[in-house]
Amino acid sequence: MRPVLPEALEVVRAGALTTVQDLGRPGHAHLGVPRSGALDPAAHRLANLLAGNTADAATLETTVDGTAVRALRDVTAAVTGAPCPVRIDGSPAAWGAPVRLPASAVLDVGGAVEGLRSYVAFGGGVAVRPVLGSRATDLLSGLGPAPLDAGQLLPLGVPGEPPDAVDAVPLPAPPAELVLPLVLGPRADLFTDAALRALPEAVYRVAAASNRIGMRTDGPPIGRPDGAELPSEGMVLGAVQVPPDGLPVLFLADHPVTGGYPVIGVVPADRLGAAAQAVPGTPVVFVPVHGRPGPGVPGPQPH
Amino acid sequence: MRVLPVGEHALLVELGSAPETEAFHAELLRRREAGDLPPVTEIVPAARTVLLDGLARPLELAGRLTTWTVEPSAVTGGPETEIAVRYDGPDLAEVARCWQVAPEDVPGIVGGLTFRVAFCGFVPGFGYLSGLPDRLRVPRRTTPRTAVPAGSVALADTYAGVYPRASPGGWQLIGTTDAVLWDQDRDPAALLAPGVRVRFTSEEPVAETAEEQT
Repeated sequence: MRPVLPEALEVVRAGALTTVQDLGRPGHAHLGVPRSGALDPAAHRLANLLAGNTADAATLETTVDGTAVRALRDVTAAVTGAPCPVRIDGSPAAWGAPVRLPASAVLDVGGAVEGLRSYVAFGGGVAVRPVLGSRATDLLSGLGPAPLDAGQLLPLGVPGEPPDAVDAVPLPAPPAELVLPLVLGPRADLFTDAALRALPEAVYRVAAASNRIGMRTDGPPIGRPDGAELPSEGMVLGAVQVPPDGLPVLFLADHPVTGGYPVIGVVPADRLGAAAQAVPGTPVVFVPVHGRPGPGVPGPQPH
Repeated sequence: MRVLPVGEHALLVELGSAPETEAFHAELLRRREAGDLPPVTEIVPAARTVLLDGLARPLELAGRLTTWTVEPSAVTGGPETEIAVRYDGPDLAEVARCWQVAPEDVPGIVGGLTFRVAFCGFVPGFGYLSGLPDRLRVPRRTTPRTAVPAGSVALADTYAGVYPRASPGGWQLIGTTDAVLWDQDRDPAALLAPGVRVRFTSEEPVAETAEEQT
């Protein structure tokens, strides 16, 4: 195990919900353990790249109003994900680029200007004790560290080589409208043809009750035949469940490993980062596709 | 058997019955052990289905799966564990009434059965143990408890289970165990994984002192 620098960061302002995240703990679903991990993996990876870390190093994932930490030793940091003002001891600093924090300096990650979740990487990575190979906070099952609290001290890993000069990388802004491909199945056959035909025309909105477990929606209910309950079955990341109220729920990283509501389709994993950044009220459209083609295999296209 | 594609990298295999599902799951584990299964991130059994997630070419495997013949009687072997139970649960009398036996007969009945972890879920380390015959089926409580203590041994429907940690629950509590169902610092963290066979042994309550037994 790599050495750890204990008490390297002090949480000054926790923020509404700031958790430690990495690439999660897939491979344990059969034991009832959710995968967890960063909701916007591309932003998590970029923050790590900028801070000189490998992608599996743990970052801080903020929610809406950012966080503030005091460096207790010199450290490189980088903020990505939801764009936000970044300040070091009150002075403006770069978002989306490596910044140097001298010992005792406070890094303030401000409220998200767009999107919901910013990622804060530190050289060496947040080095809380891993659980089942991951440091991620899992809000469904309670594995991993609790959300940050003011006054808490956090360890960091020992940084590797100083990061190569990395240009600040522009990230796509969180979308004004989410258009999500929906690979139909496994339970699309429980819904009527009319319901499936109507789906791409229906506009949902991201509901305020959304969280790390799932993106909830408001909008026109999807008609469900009576008796569409199933014995619980395994659920994948990106599954869109339709509970009895007919309002689709898109499963994100902390989703339960099994569920009994029918899954009408699955949103490909590479589109979930955008979903995780969509603020409540953002319009959502699900565009059914009948399975995306494998390499070299022609298949039906979304219309 | 029906094989349903799930997204771009998973398959949901739907079986006709719980025994067929357990047998199919056992066959998947056997083939994975033998290197006769393409790389897969998750194999998640449930009541009537097995999910295979993290497949590079799910449709290729789907074609192969339908050619398998799996006999439900094939579920034998597998790791076995014993769980020592104190039969002091608040629903012991209710379960005895349901079975039309005396409460002191429950340990012998449960102890005579071999259970098997059919699937896990609810919280990390909670196994749904199949093996309770239909005639011993017990209903869930009409009102779930808001707090069931860790280590509670419980029955519901045709399943037995042990609560890994304090949580709400609607199962009938027949006893308690000191066995640690989940320890994230242990390898393996979960005492019960799908496929593990379980026997419940009876742990005598601590005997009263002689003076009190006049």
